[in-house]
Amino acid sequence: MELVELTIDGQEVRVEKGTTVLDAARSIGISIPTLCHYHGIDAIGACRLCLVDTGGRNLAASCVTVAEDGMEVKTNTPKVREARRTVLELILSAHPDDCLKCVRNRNCELQTLAENMGIREFTYEGEKPQFKQDDDNPAVIRDSEKCILCRRCVAVCQDVQTTRILFPQNRGFDTVVAPDRLAPLGETACIFCGQCINVCPVGAIVEKSYIADVWAALSDPEKHVVVQTAPATRISLGEEMGMIPGSIVTGQMVTALRRLGFDRIFDTNFAADLTIMEEGSELIHRINNDGPLPLITSCSPGWIKFCEHHYHDLLKNLSTCKSPQQMFGALAKTYYAEKMGIDPADIVVVSVMPCTAKKFEMMRPEMDDSDFQDVDYVLTTRELGRMLREAGIDFSALPVEDYDEPLGISTGAGEIFGATGGVMEAALRTAYELLTGEELPGLDFQAVRGLEGIKEAEVKVGDLTLRVAVAHSLGKSRQLLEKVRSGEKEYHFIEIMTCPGGCIGGGGQPIPTTDEIRKKRLAAVYTEDKNMPLRKSHDNPGVQKLYEEFLKKPLSDRSHRLLHTSYRERGKFE
Amino acid sequence: MPEKSLLYELRDEDCQVIEEVAEKYQGGQGVLISALHEIQENVGFIPRVAQIKLAETLDISISEVYSVITFYSFFTLQPKGKYQIIVCNGTACYVKGANGILDKLKQELCINIGETTPDRLFSIEAVRCIGACGLGPVISINGEVYARVKPERIPVILADLTRREEKAG
Repeated sequence: MELVELTIDGQEVRVEKGTTVLDAARSIGISIPTLCHYHGIDAIGACRLCLVDTGGRNLAASCVTVAEDGMEVKTNTPKVREARRTVLELILSAHPDDCLKCVRNRNCELQTLAENMGIREFTYEGEKPQFKQDDDNPAVIRDSEKCILCRRCVAVCQDVQTTRILFPQNRGFDTVVAPDRLAPLGETACIFCGQCINVCPVGAIVEKSYIADVWAALSDPEKHVVVQTAPATRISLGEEMGMIPGSIVTGQMVTALRRLGFDRIFDTNFAADLTIMEEGSELIHRINNDGPLPLITSCSPGWIKFCEHHYHDLLKNLSTCKSPQQMFGALAKTYYAEKMGIDPADIVVVSVMPCTAKKFEMMRPEMDDSDFQDVDYVLTTRELGRMLREAGIDFSALPVEDYDEPLGISTGAGEIFGATGGVMEAALRTAYELLTGEELPGLDFQAVRGLEGIKEAEVKVGDLTLRVAVAHSLGKSRQLLEKVRSGEKEYHFIEIMTCPGGCIGGGGQPIPTTDEIRKKRLAAVYTEDKNMPLRKSHDNPGVQKLYEEFLKKPLSDRSHRLLHTSYRERGKFE
Repeated sequence: MPEKSLLYELRDEDCQVIEEVAEKYQGGQGVLISALHEIQENVGFIPRVAQIKLAETLDISISEVYSVITFYSFFTLQPKGKYQIIVCNGTACYVKGANGILDKLKQELCINIGETTPDRLFSIEAVRCIGACGLGPVISINGEVYARVKPERIPVILADLTRREEKAG
């Protein structure tokens, strides 16, 4: 490793060659303000807030200036402070100052910078850009008047997800980050993954909120309101409530939901276990009946829409299984309604999800196999946090309670659905035992865990060597799928997750979500898995009973009607 | 929102130009602006089909193609009309009622400033001063100057031009 040595504010520092001045400064505890820079995603030097004095004629943007041997950097001189302040004041001059009613109030990088830099008055006041809000879809709202044109969302949309929807349009004062045609997101190939929301430093892109609808349902005495919680919410809600990343708050979340007034607290992990029974059986069926292989997972609604736009030839490879959220909804309004003797018309199904694409998924017209819209409202982890704060629930002081039966029973296999590689691992745990009839010697499939973009493994299952692959983020998924398309790679089973890290890094998760935080959430998922008394989906007694009483067996007629779905071809650009 | 470039029907030769340009630059790096130039010059604007074609053949996002078109003022999303009506909005013409003329034009042609009628016959532009202040308010159509125009005269002028077109067949 080649090192360079420089001084920053008089402190000597040695860093690896190629390190930026910004990172070098941070490594010795000097914090330089940034807005457009986002680690690992974007460094374009656009916002000019990270200006430092490197002794050159002009101040330099430290996020794109590489540290050099002998460099003398000053980060805190009157000239630097004044330049940064002017830059910030100019950004503020085009930004609304109605923070009080902004959803990002108190979690806004621009607001924090204004406070840190001691802004007490607006120096430049003038015309502010005017744009219509884009709220013409079930999941994501764009408010371009709040946009500071940092382009982080552009980087994540174009490069990380390769959905390629957002780009700066027009020029000068009229510049707006928008899809082509300045079209609303609902008229584009946007998949509503919400990764743009997670990187937005301000409130220019946010989820569409269903909080008011949920409050209304909770206070309606005619309604029986049930809630399901996704695997990745119990390891992230704590963060939203001010705890450290990786805090496991399963029992507290159950208690909190009960106090909000939900009639039953159920678990998407139950439906995840059920998904494994159906999808595992589908895999075995396809292997025994000449395909189509590879079988590709279908839990991640962003990926499903992406496939419908860009991979028509692979639609036949998608598992026909609905996502766990939708399986749950269909069962809540049939099996559960019947068992409890409740009219399904009076049941309201609310989901707490780490995801914004789930809001789009619930509105898909085919998701009504219970003869009602199967899932009524999706709340993100962040929205649940907002409801808890509004209700005055002191989260840290809550006792731990259990999920309700029957749809709240789950195993560790259901929990790891929240992590990239988790669906694969859960499927392997079950497929192995179903195919061989023997007990699996070790439950942990390390090869499919972790943040590596594409993971591959070969697993001996009886006489069969199962070739599997796992990808997360659609950019990495695209790379993997191109190899499958060209015939370069052959697999039996592929897991695709839309978001980097899987659902733990979903577009509805607490902000910020960085790689460091993703790792902590992943660790929490596997800890939660280890803590569960049962760790294999087919051991779930609730699922076993569901088959006994209602579905009969995996892939039965009733399973097909309620738990499986079909896909459609959509245009590549609209 | 109807995409403006969709309003204009393409001629066969326009489609051919788009195909040829796309083929010429297929797989090239950093060639988007050159390709757009050729289409703008030959077709008169960048139609939606050309945007899609270039995104596909150059393997860049459609949002980036649109971005480049809307950044550079040379590229337009709609053709200029066969008759380019320029309304002087300089101080003298403004004082003498240029806005009334603009309003009448917009009303008669059902388009805004900077737009072109779907039959590609007329487009309206407003400019600051064409140096004929004594004749104000003035408009200029393909270089021909009309002096002391009153709003009532606009339908007559437009009808003349339309008739001329019909005769030319």
